[in-house]
Amino acid sequence: MYMELRFHGRGGQGAVTAATILARAALLEGKWAQAIPEFGAERRGAPVSVYARISDKPIEVHSNVIEPDIVVVLDYELLKVVDVTKGLKEGGTVILNSPVNKSPIPSKYKVYCVNATRIAKELNLVVSGWPTVNTAMVGALAKATGVIGLESAVKAIEEYFSNPTLGKLNAEAAARSYKELEPCSD
Amino acid sequence: MVLKALTANHAVAEAAKLARVKVVSAYPITPQTTIVEKLAEMIEKGEMEAKMVRVESEHSALAATLGAAAAGARAFTATSSHGLLYMHEVLWWTSGARVPVVMAVVTRAIGPPWNIHVEHSDVMDQRDTGWIIGVAQENQEAFDLTLQAFRISEDPRVYLPMIVSLDAFILSHTVAPVDVPSQQEVDAWLPSRRQPYVISPETNVVMGNIADDADYYMMRYSINAAMEAAKKVVEEVDEEYGKAFGRRYGGLVECYNCDDADYIMVLMGSWAGDAKKASDLLREKGYRVGVMRVRFVRPWPREVVQEKLSNRKGVIVFDRSISFGSAGQLFTDVAASLYGSTSIRGVVAGLGGVDVRPEDFMNEVTDFVSHVEEFGRVYEPLRWHLPPKYAKSLAEEVSA
Amino acid sequence: MSGTAAVVEKPKTYWVAPISYPAPASSGKTGLWRTERPVIHLEKCVKCLYCWLYCPEDTILRREDDYVYVDYDYCKGCGICAAVCPTNAIDMVPEGGES
Ligand code: SF4
Ligand code: SF4
Repeated sequence: MYMELRFHGRGGQGAVTAATILARAALLEGKWAQAIPEFGAERRGAPVSVYARISDKPIEVHSNVIEPDIVVVLDYELLKVVDVTKGLKEGGTVILNSPVNKSPIPSKYKVYCVNATRIAKELNLVVSGWPTVNTAMVGALAKATGVIGLESAVKAIEEYFSNPTLGKLNAEAAARSYKELEPCSD
Repeated sequence: MVLKALTANHAVAEAAKLARVKVVSAYPITPQTTIVEKLAEMIEKGEMEAKMVRVESEHSALAATLGAAAAGARAFTATSSHGLLYMHEVLWWTSGARVPVVMAVVTRAIGPPWNIHVEHSDVMDQRDTGWIIGVAQENQEAFDLTLQAFRISEDPRVYLPMIVSLDAFILSHTVAPVDVPSQQEVDAWLPSRRQPYVISPETNVVMGNIADDADYYMMRYSINAAMEAAKKVVEEVDEEYGKAFGRRYGGLVECYNCDDADYIMVLMGSWAGDAKKASDLLREKGYRVGVMRVRFVRPWPREVVQEKLSNRKGVIVFDRSISFGSAGQLFTDVAASLYGSTSIRGVVAGLGGVDVRPEDFMNEVTDFVSHVEEFGRVYEPLRWHLPPKYAKSLAEEVSA
Repeated sequence: MSGTAAVVEKPKTYWVAPISYPAPASSGKTGLWRTERPVIHLEKCVKCLYCWLYCPEDTILRREDDYVYVDYDYCKGCGICAAVCPTNAIDMVPEGGES
């Protein structure tokens, strides 16, 4: 197994954290992973990409991820400004945080939707006015692709947060999103 | 073995903590900052028993580190790019004083124009300062080299400062698995600090005073003798580290797919991983290609370079830096060591963090192979592997 | 505990120490370099010890009673002591002539 991923989010939305949690969860399963932030000058609110690799063998490749197998979109509004399927492999997977359970993504890709924003708000996971959807999206990723299991996702999330209450709530977000994720199309 | 998901910067900070560093002095610069940020946090939380000396520049950061080390403390600093250039003078003070010090350098392009991405020009610019320079390919190796650096630098056969070099962002900010041993394991492996002399307020010692010309000359001789001795120490430390922690890298260089190779790529840093991948793919196509990853730029591993590279059909050196008006710095060292015994080409690529992929290495190698097959012995010091955006337009310009 | 105190151990490769220990007369009697000598008029001296503090050669010597005098063997005649003395108790007098 060797997979390359790309996360689309906005600066400050926690895409780096999502990739890091993915890497930690992979480690818990004895897999190898890289979580790679975009190497630019990120600003809060600006569109950012974060990349990851996951494999059952050690990874030594360090060049950019340009043809991902999986794309995770943390913010539906980004679809208007970013070509999220750029370079996506044929038959690749797109996981959308969608408020409408619909997707404008061409059906040649496997597309899944979940309302991560609603889940984050329900659990009061709001930081400086922004719902933190990243942990919910990790749960969705686990369900849609199986690159990591829900159990290790939950464990990695709980370990990530030094505040245990926050860890529990974020783990709950991942679990809810795991349950709610559905295939979607236009 | 418990693997943790860490950025290379945090891995380096963990290693400095486990080495029981007593004094840290540094000045923030991207992409090094998160190393000292982490150390400051560990000191603040009481997890690390050390003093953080805040300074107004990198020049002072290394000067403070040198002072603390001369006074007997295990001392550490870290920097990048312009910060390292600003330190340059104090690098000479440190090696000249023969005081063991360890510094992490997160290699980054040099402005102008401003660019924070990976390039090796900053660390290559320090080759002649009398510092040992080790270069990591992975986060794990950045951790391991940092621990090893204390042992190498503080060895009485060496007593020279050491740089641990790691690539900007590709390692520094990328999370990957790192095995972090326990404090007891590290204590058992790393002896207490040794150094040739200790200064204190009670003793009148002059550092950096005027020396007789002949004495000065012989101090230079002695630095070089220590560099040569360091080659053996590096190999020994690699072996002992392997015994204690289960990881060996092969000492001064790592050779991948080398045994039966007709052609060998030579390079250093994180992109060696992509070159190894290229070597595997080329072998599938029938090209017998290996990779020699330079782990130590200084001392220069002349003997193993000669042993491993002579009598191949060709050697292709990839530099992520250039000495303007000459060629890539690794190329010049490799070519000097081989004195014309094999075909050789130098390629400058990936400056300013330009992405270099396994396909790029493959294309360069196959081009070189066909060149050697057509012309026999080839000596080509400088070939530019242009970024895709420019490759076409420059080719047109040149042919027009 | 590892790493707390450094052990001083002799280097094992060819070694010329890059440090030195200051000692009087390592450059000979530097007093010979002087063109003017400081002469202290103790009746004006208020024992503030500025001259003792500022002398770059450590050649203002201090008596038990905190009056000062000059070690002419090594005083180079730079005149700093005369310049810092708040009561003008130190005169710089040309060497070789009257004294
Ligand atoms: S003249 Fe200069 S060297 Fe001599 S005692 Fe005064 S300050 Fe010292
Ligand atoms: S500076 Fe003048 S007043 Fe002060 S101790 Fe020296 S000679 Fe005396």
